[in-house]
Amino acid sequence: MPLTNQQIIERLTEKFGQDIFDIHEPYGLLTFTITKDLNLKVLRFLYDEPDLGFTFLTDLCAVHYPDNVGKELAVVYHLHNLVENIRVRFKVFAGTEQPDVFTATGIFESANWQERETYDFYGVNFVGHPNLKRILNVDEMDYFPLRKEFPLEDQTRTDKDDEMFGRGNLIGLN
Amino acid sequence: MERPVRFNTNVKQVEAPASFMGDGFMATSFDKVIGLARQNSLWPLPFATSCCGIEFMATMASHYDLSRFGAERLGFSPRQCDLLMVMGTIAKKMGPILRQVYLQMAEPRWVMAVGACASSGGIFDTYSVLQGIDQVIPVDVYVPGCPPRPEAIIDGFIQIQSLVGSESLRRRNGERYKALMDSYAIQ
Repeated sequence: MPLTNQQIIERLTEKFGQDIFDIHEPYGLLTFTITKDLNLKVLRFLYDEPDLGFTFLTDLCAVHYPDNVGKELAVVYHLHNLVENIRVRFKVFAGTEQPDVFTATGIFESANWQERETYDFYGVNFVGHPNLKRILNVDEMDYFPLRKEFPLEDQTRTDKDDEMFGRGNLIGLN
Repeated sequence: MERPVRFNTNVKQVEAPASFMGDGFMATSFDKVIGLARQNSLWPLPFATSCCGIEFMATMASHYDLSRFGAERLGFSPRQCDLLMVMGTIAKKMGPILRQVYLQMAEPRWVMAVGACASSGGIFDTYSVLQGIDQVIPVDVYVPGCPPRPEAIIDGFIQIQSLVGSESLRRRNGERYKALMDSYAIQ
């Protein structure tokens, strides 16, 4: 009998109970949120259980929500069960003051570079990562580009005319 | 027996420089002869990163043929080339590498920035793209376009040729050149 989202939810809630919250299925993809200290336990559970078998980490990325004070950085994990062809997603929230999340490199090797990219762009500190340093940006960069407070454009340009780029002369519009 | 040439019959030859002709000899100045020789036998180094590199491939191919202008032999080693053609988006991480390649070229060397991204960052005004290679190396000719047509690349090449042909032999020892190199922190 093929694995369904309902079965996955049942298995997870019987093991973790109230720690799994905010369960919904946008476009059929089971999504839930957990607290950040549980991420390795959930990953391990989903990996090891023979009837769940989520052995492929498709994606590990982050989102910055500047309005969620205390929980600005969301780290999102996408897992895939290759045998049953079913995917699951879960999110872990961390604040900017203490953006520590346990590293998934012990379970998935591919998390190594994905976590480096997440660190490079959002500043999420992965505790226990073997080599957490910038991967895609210049090594000397001291800020985290994809956080919402940093403007996309290079601020040192003097020749770009705001009028022509449709920005008018309004203050505060980047 | 050789076949006579049927199609390419009006091949344009390079004119000899103004000189004093005599019986079996021709006297000109070094500037002119060396300039002539250099301009018609430039060895380009294609530093092709993205889309402009593809346009360059089209320029080197038979339809738009860049080797008509003497650039038959492309070198991929900076030690052997005179003209560095930077074609494509250069990321900030690539900047020091591009500088290293430029430093390895021997004098006299020229640089051509092909395309919008190499000239000024192009449409990528972002944290990761170098806003113009002239932030790291001195550039002689900029070819605008996104991507520039092969005709435009050839036009840029012709401009480089005229720069090469008219360059004074002592230019690179002069004060102004030295000041330019200092502004890029190149010895």
